[in-house]
Amino acid sequence: MMEQQTVKVGMADLNIALNGALIRTSGLGSCVGVTLYDSVAGIAGMAHVMLPSSEIARESNFNVAKYADTAIPALIQAMENAGASIPRMVAKMAGGAQMFAFASQNDSMRIGPRNVESCKLALGQVSIPIRAEDTGANFGRTIEIDSATGKLTIRSVQFGIKEI
Amino acid sequence: MNDFNGLGPYKLDVLKEVGNIGAGNAATALSRLLDKPVDMAVPKVSLLPFEEIAEIVGGAEQTVIAVFLRVEGEAPGNMFFIIEEPSAKRMMHRLLSLEIREQEGYSEMELSALCEIGNILAGSYLSSLADFTGLSMMPTVPSAALDMAGAILSYGLLQFGEMGDSALLIETAFLEGRDMLEGHFFLIPDPGSFNKIFLALGVTSE
Repeated sequence: MMEQQTVKVGMADLNIALNGALIRTSGLGSCVGVTLYDSVAGIAGMAHVMLPSSEIARESNFNVAKYADTAIPALIQAMENAGASIPRMVAKMAGGAQMFAFASQNDSMRIGPRNVESCKLALGQVSIPIRAEDTGANFGRTIEIDSATGKLTIRSVQFGIKEI
Repeated sequence: MNDFNGLGPYKLDVLKEVGNIGAGNAATALSRLLDKPVDMAVPKVSLLPFEEIAEIVGGAEQTVIAVFLRVEGEAPGNMFFIIEEPSAKRMMHRLLSLEIREQEGYSEMELSALCEIGNILAGSYLSSLADFTGLSMMPTVPSAALDMAGAILSYGLLQFGEMGDSALLIETAFLEGRDMLEGHFFLIPDPGSFNKIFLALGVTSE
């Protein structure tokens, strides 16, 4: 059997996979990995979101994949271009951890949960249901979604591998 | 906003010296703790895309032990002290005469000891920097984690995230030869702190 092709998504990056390819991103901490899946078209998309909202962008020409509110529309667009359709899309997400516990003096320390909230908001606006999530807590995750099945595999140092 | 791509070789050298002084003092402190000579590499100052930062310590998925502290004061930033796993165990053994256990993971005692080591090292790094620059820099209480390098380091990059896709960091590797203890210091000043550091050192625009 041919080995499954794997598409890599970097930090503040997004991409899609089709024809049975896998798509993965490594080392999610407070970042959130949002995946969308259209089972009919067999297309999976993934975004590695770093910050909750592009309102705080201090750069003029920013990378849309970095912010939850801009990454999700861009990911949907990329999937539609490949033949996916919004009403068939379902979302799964992982990440948004709070890696270090501090007596929260700084709002940026809560970035993980804020990223998760912001992703949910953006998905809610286009009525894409969230099928499963593994978010929060205090550990890093590497995730991989299979464009043939829509299965999301999550690996972490403490808990090994799980599927949602 | 600063364009970090435009930092000339002179300013980069100044930042290297900043790393040299800080890490030099920290290496001395570590050497006292271990009662062994500790070697240190020439600090590297680089503007790296987020993706490549974790590569320094073996890639985003590499399991590392990290002590993280936030630097507060006039030139705020983030600081990491990162040790690869086998090195951390050996360091524990050396310092606390704790048995090296074969099982994975760390006990509360070990993590707390690592935090304390991080605290001592970061304290000596920062106090020498503060002396050198005349800026006040205080470390927050450190926090330790055993996790993927990417997940840990991305935490120190959020301030840079608001303004670009790369971060300027000062990295110093040190090693203790015989035990092959290897660690890394990362100082990631907030974007706004660089000018303050340059001003404090009397470096004006080139």
